[in-house]
Amino acid sequence: MSESTRDAFEQALDTREIRGRSLYVDAWHRLLKNKAAVAGLVVLAIMVVLVLVGPLLSQWDHEIPDWEHYSTPPSLETGHVFGTDAIGRDLFVRTMIGGQVSLLVGLLATLVSLVIGVTYGAVAGYLGGRADNVMMRFVDAVYAMPFMFFVILLMVVFGRNIFLIFIAIGAINWLDMARIVRGQTLSLKNKDFVEAARACGATEAQIIRRHIIPNLLGVVIVYVTLTIPQVILVESFLSFLGLGVQEPLTSWGALVNEGAQELETAPWSLMFPAAFLAVTLFAFNFLGDGLRDALDPKDRL
Amino acid sequence: MLKYSLRRLASAIPTLFLLITVAFFLIRIAPGGPFDSERALPPEIEANLAAKYHLDEPLVFQYARYLWQIARLDFGPSFHYRDWTVNDLILQGAPVSFTLGILALAIALVVGVLVGAWAALRQNRPGDYAVMSFAMIGISIPNFVMAPLLILLFAITLGWLPAGGWEYTPSRTVLPVVTLALPMIAYIARITRGSMIEVLHSSYIRTVRAKGMPEKEVILRHALKPALLPVISYLGPAAAAIMTGSVVVERIFTIPGIGTYFVQGALNRDYTLVMGVVILYGMLIILFNFLVDLLYAWLDPRIHYDDGEAEA
Repeated sequence: MSESTRDAFEQALDTREIRGRSLYVDAWHRLLKNKAAVAGLVVLAIMVVLVLVGPLLSQWDHEIPDWEHYSTPPSLETGHVFGTDAIGRDLFVRTMIGGQVSLLVGLLATLVSLVIGVTYGAVAGYLGGRADNVMMRFVDAVYAMPFMFFVILLMVVFGRNIFLIFIAIGAINWLDMARIVRGQTLSLKNKDFVEAARACGATEAQIIRRHIIPNLLGVVIVYVTLTIPQVILVESFLSFLGLGVQEPLTSWGALVNEGAQELETAPWSLMFPAAFLAVTLFAFNFLGDGLRDALDPKDRL
Repeated sequence: MLKYSLRRLASAIPTLFLLITVAFFLIRIAPGGPFDSERALPPEIEANLAAKYHLDEPLVFQYARYLWQIARLDFGPSFHYRDWTVNDLILQGAPVSFTLGILALAIALVVGVLVGAWAALRQNRPGDYAVMSFAMIGISIPNFVMAPLLILLFAITLGWLPAGGWEYTPSRTVLPVVTLALPMIAYIARITRGSMIEVLHSSYIRTVRAKGMPEKEVILRHALKPALLPVISYLGPAAAAIMTGSVVVERIFTIPGIGTYFVQGALNRDYTLVMGVVILYGMLIILFNFLVDLLYAWLDPRIHYDDGEAEA
């Protein structure tokens, strides 16, 4: 290939890049057209702001009981808009603090599973062959374990520490991520456009940066939005069993547990945290579905 | 098929071994022991107890002893429920848990597939949107929220059904089974709808339609079977979900199943009981995944396990 043809190729590639709409701009426009996904996004944004700002605006504290109001229903007169729990703590503030914990655990545990899963999957997919085979057999073996039981055991063994919760949950969820990323890498590295890029003289690093990673990212983003609600659910489940977050800190799962025990006398203590939990999961699921539709490259071809 | 089955069952042995090993050492390194109580026991009694249950031996010996024991399907005595063996406890709890699980799975399959297929035939019409919204609600409301809500509505407000307790009667089974089945119905409906829509767009369906086959025949004879494949592969995770769900459901409805035993066992450091339940669940998951693969091959004739790798 002569120097001038190569220049011409590079120029052609450059202009195409400038003119072309990137996958993400495209996906963003498609996402904005999906009403359910936009609603999910808006609800989540409101939820995050509310959960962070709510406790600051309230006159009550999540730990200190209001000695005059035990187990009172929601009322504007007492100032407890969500009512109080059995020992007089304000449920609005507790629901907000619980939300902070639930969302934080969801985010961090997803991050843990993201790092482990993407690295493991990408390595297996990129190496291919026997290494891939061995690595994936291991994933299969671990997959057949009753995970929730291991997490319960972990919680019992190492005490109920909030950091341990997200590490433990992250350690389970990486399996799916590894499988998805591995499959994607495997199919990407043999795609025609990678071949074409190589023919145009792109280096290995360029191919990975411009072709492999952007195409992996779509799947990963979708999977992350679908993992966060799962993780929040697992944390709530553990807290519900009394194995998760410990007093005086709380989470939506722990609040639902307390509420369920006072179901007959104080239904509001179940209703509010349960509603917040369900709405958040709802919003995440809608957003995840919308992102999947928006980022699915099959629609573009 | 036989060769494949034997190979699959053989490959389950290392998995089970890994499971037993991890669970054994995990529960043993937990602080506290099965005989800790509020009141400290005299040291001689403690030593005697430890000797009786071989807790005074090095951990590796105990591990070897345990492996030999379960090789003979003997899960040992429970440390917490004195005079009970783990085998007895499991034999007592498992039928209850299995009844709930199998009923929930059966209901979820029938309802989920019907509803999902129905929605697929009305794609992007109000019926479809209604079904998918309900499915989203089913997925987003965790069972430990759903259960108290159902109790509040049907047991406390309406007074139609008991709030808890266990007998093999319809009135005591309805709420726990519905709680377990709801999220699965939602998942199965979504999966069925998605795959049904894909199948209905495929060219062979267009062919049979072009040949003039009545729509009912097209769906029942040609579309439904391939559309069920993704549902079948969901059954593996579903089984695991039922087991986890049963822990919650049994606790809320005060049902004496093995899920309850597990959580109580872990908190009481009842080593043998915890191990027994973990092994039972591990074996069930392995068995279930195996059955799912066989069912898959049966439904999809393109898959032949004996020719080495699956072709499809």
